[in-house]
Amino acid sequence: MSPQATEGGAGGSAGLDPKSSTAASPPPPAFGRTLPSRGREARDSRITAGVIALGAIAILIGGAFVGLILEGVNDLSGAIAAFDGYLFRVARFTLWQAALSTLFSVVPALFVARALSRHPHFPGRGLILRLFAVPLALPAIVAALGVLALYGRAGYLAGLLTKISGGDWPGIYGLSGILVAHVFFNLPLATRLFLEALNAVPTDQWRLASQLGMSARAGFRLIEWPALRASLPGVAGLVFMLCITSFTIVLTLGGGPRASTLEVAIYQSLRFDFDPARAVALTLLQILLTLAVVAVLMRLGANVTGDANLSVAPRRYISSGRGETALDAALIALGLAFVAGPMLATVLSGLESDLMRLAGEATVQSAAATSLILACLAALLCVMLTLALAMARRALQLQRKAAGEKSFLEHMTDTGAGFVLVVPPIVIGAGWFVLLRHAGNVFALAPVMVVTVNAVMAMPFALRAVRPAYDAASERHERLCAQLGIRGWSRLRLIEWPVLRRPLSTAFAFAMALSLGDLGVIALFGSDSVQTLPYLLLARMGAYRTADAAGLALLLGLICLALMALADRLGKDTAQ
Amino acid sequence: MRTMLFSLVSTLAVAAALPAFAADKLTIYTYESFTSEWGPGPQVKKAFEAECGCEVDFVSVADGVALLNRVKLEGKSTKADIVLGLDTNLTAEAKETGLFAPSGVDLTNVKVPGGWSDDTFVPFDYGYFAVIYNTETLKNPPKSLKELVDGDANEKIAIQDPRTSTPGLGLLLWVKSVYGDKAPEAWAKLKNRVLTVTPGWSESYGLFTKGEAPMVLSYTTSPAYHMVAEKTDKYQAAPFEEGHYLQVEVAGITTTGAENPLAKKFMEFMVSPGFQDTIPETNWMFPAGKTEKPLDPAFDRLVKPAKTLAISAEDITANRKAWVEEWLGVMSK
Repeated sequence: MSPQATEGGAGGSAGLDPKSSTAASPPPPAFGRTLPSRGREARDSRITAGVIALGAIAILIGGAFVGLILEGVNDLSGAIAAFDGYLFRVARFTLWQAALSTLFSVVPALFVARALSRHPHFPGRGLILRLFAVPLALPAIVAALGVLALYGRAGYLAGLLTKISGGDWPGIYGLSGILVAHVFFNLPLATRLFLEALNAVPTDQWRLASQLGMSARAGFRLIEWPALRASLPGVAGLVFMLCITSFTIVLTLGGGPRASTLEVAIYQSLRFDFDPARAVALTLLQILLTLAVVAVLMRLGANVTGDANLSVAPRRYISSGRGETALDAALIALGLAFVAGPMLATVLSGLESDLMRLAGEATVQSAAATSLILACLAALLCVMLTLALAMARRALQLQRKAAGEKSFLEHMTDTGAGFVLVVPPIVIGAGWFVLLRHAGNVFALAPVMVVTVNAVMAMPFALRAVRPAYDAASERHERLCAQLGIRGWSRLRLIEWPVLRRPLSTAFAFAMALSLGDLGVIALFGSDSVQTLPYLLLARMGAYRTADAAGLALLLGLICLALMALADRLGKDTAQ
Repeated sequence: MRTMLFSLVSTLAVAAALPAFAADKLTIYTYESFTSEWGPGPQVKKAFEAECGCEVDFVSVADGVALLNRVKLEGKSTKADIVLGLDTNLTAEAKETGLFAPSGVDLTNVKVPGGWSDDTFVPFDYGYFAVIYNTETLKNPPKSLKELVDGDANEKIAIQDPRTSTPGLGLLLWVKSVYGDKAPEAWAKLKNRVLTVTPGWSESYGLFTKGEAPMVLSYTTSPAYHMVAEKTDKYQAAPFEEGHYLQVEVAGITTTGAENPLAKKFMEFMVSPGFQDTIPETNWMFPAGKTEKPLDPAFDRLVKPAKTLAISAEDITANRKAWVEEWLGVMSK
């Protein structure tokens, strides 16, 4: 789920900024003087690399805007005419489904998080929390399929649901399907974030509460609620943002024009109608909407890391009554069933499919190969860009010690990558699509677009893994390198590579998983000749070859989970 | 050094000459169900390749309207020699793009309802749109379009998107030709019966045969597939009192294809029995030309439209965008 994951990274890198810059203790003043060349030298090769990386990002985003603006100017009347009732209905639905998704994700999450926090010894608690981290790593299309396999008209629960509803179970296409899938993704995320907030409550408060003999209600009102309330706007804002830019879920579960969001409408206006003017209008509205949400998020100071470290639960002094324990257990079980259900359905239906035949199919093999190659390239590009930015930022920071003020360039290397989060992949794709169509066969450019857009989208995440490691390494080796005159490639190879190998691998695995699961860019640019696994999955799903789709989903889900687990593992080891 | 330079130049020359060899390839853009393994594509490819000693390359998109969009998007630089799978509702608009060249095909063998005289596009099959229903789950199928519109909203139908699919566009025109200016009101009612709107025909038909919807928009000829290939009468077309909308599917040579002699050869092949014989029992439509073997008797048991409906190509070209937007406006409410 790329928006999910990338968004998580946004806050991550933003959250790191103050920390990393304060953590880097200023070098002694003599440093600048002993190496006069460094202070005066305008460009150290690291900065050049950073400038190139920034330039590449600017071209990618800027090019998309040039395409959109040119098209808009070219067909101004068309673009203006596209602001019609349809457009506003789509915008309204986008906001409406996001609001409902947020409500249904965040409110239950409050209760589940509270229940989990009150029972640190709940059987399987660690496992549940780990399971709650899985949706983050799951490609959206896999989740969509899992939801369908469970609640669809022909799903595992169809019989039961038919009995409950009395009539024929209508399936879950439309708003209900979108909501279920969004809650599947965001309920666990919100739960983890709330739990983190609750875990941050000082143990003293609990002890005090216990000594004063506070009832559960009083404890909630005086201790838990203030902690939850503080993190509520941020969490809700994050979930809202993720739902407003949701593409794959709406595309696969929307089931027609009635349930269409701006992103899906952008895709349809290019691939269905071929109406670039409408695409421009929709894109404009989408950007305005995301900007507004991001502005509100920033004002709220949302903690959007989505990366709660929950391994240690603080000691608790809570004695809950039997009734309350039962209620909490039921809440946790409900939350667990809701999150585990679609995953289980994905696995079951995947195993039911003819996996051997699928694996032998030439189309599947070539799609898998294409996916892996493109994801590897995207990850490689992402890691290179990220390293370049991290190096340039550090070099600029060191240079500045003499000068004082942060330069524009340093600001850009600091937060520049964060800008990509305001611009959803579909928007970048759409911009390039309308720009490139004059230059010939846009579908032939699919590999380039997939690699570059996914690489840049994964950057905020990668930065989170790479930058602290680079800064720490530089802290340790900067002077040694300067004294020995080790620079450029040899410095990278001899000094930095051994230290950075792990964080770079983390970033690589992460970027690869994100890129593998992406459907946004390939949905626009994909064709018969360039197919990735998610694209093939969508095609099989479209052709209602459900068994095939289920098998592919299982495969894709497992690859992404393995990569994410690897990234997590490598990341944790580095931290130690 | 000189030999090296020479070999380099000659390699480049050979590389430059490669596209000339590529002329032995014919690129055909078509819709998905045509090229699927159970569609006519594989047989047609085999038969024509044997005849021409060339290579046929099919490129498929979701459905007929998407096909036109794709060609428009690629413009003059399109790789397609032939675009196969547009229908009469799109031909006038396709001609306006200036991307198609006269076919030069002898049309004497072409037989479609209402006759054929277009110099650019050549028909390869035809059929009538119809609502297909599952006789086991739907006891009282609608007897008219009005009954479909006004009927029980719990009995769902899967339809296609007119922005991508020719049957989707067909239904839109069908409703238009029956309801006229009242079409938006009809769609507002029909909307409640629509389970889902799929981009192409194959998606919605798959949904229907999987049992997700008791009705689907398809063709009067679709039940023939189930009768012949599956030996079942379970799926039937519902005859509508107002008549059925006609679709003639056509192919055309692009300006790119005008340079490729194989394109015209293929078009001639298309109206010959070699191609037409595969149509009834792979594309499940009526052939638009002579076949060598007679149609399966199942085709005689199909619904025969009481009246054939069609809107003139000029009217469609002038209004398609507005009508589709009108539809989108109602369906997105």
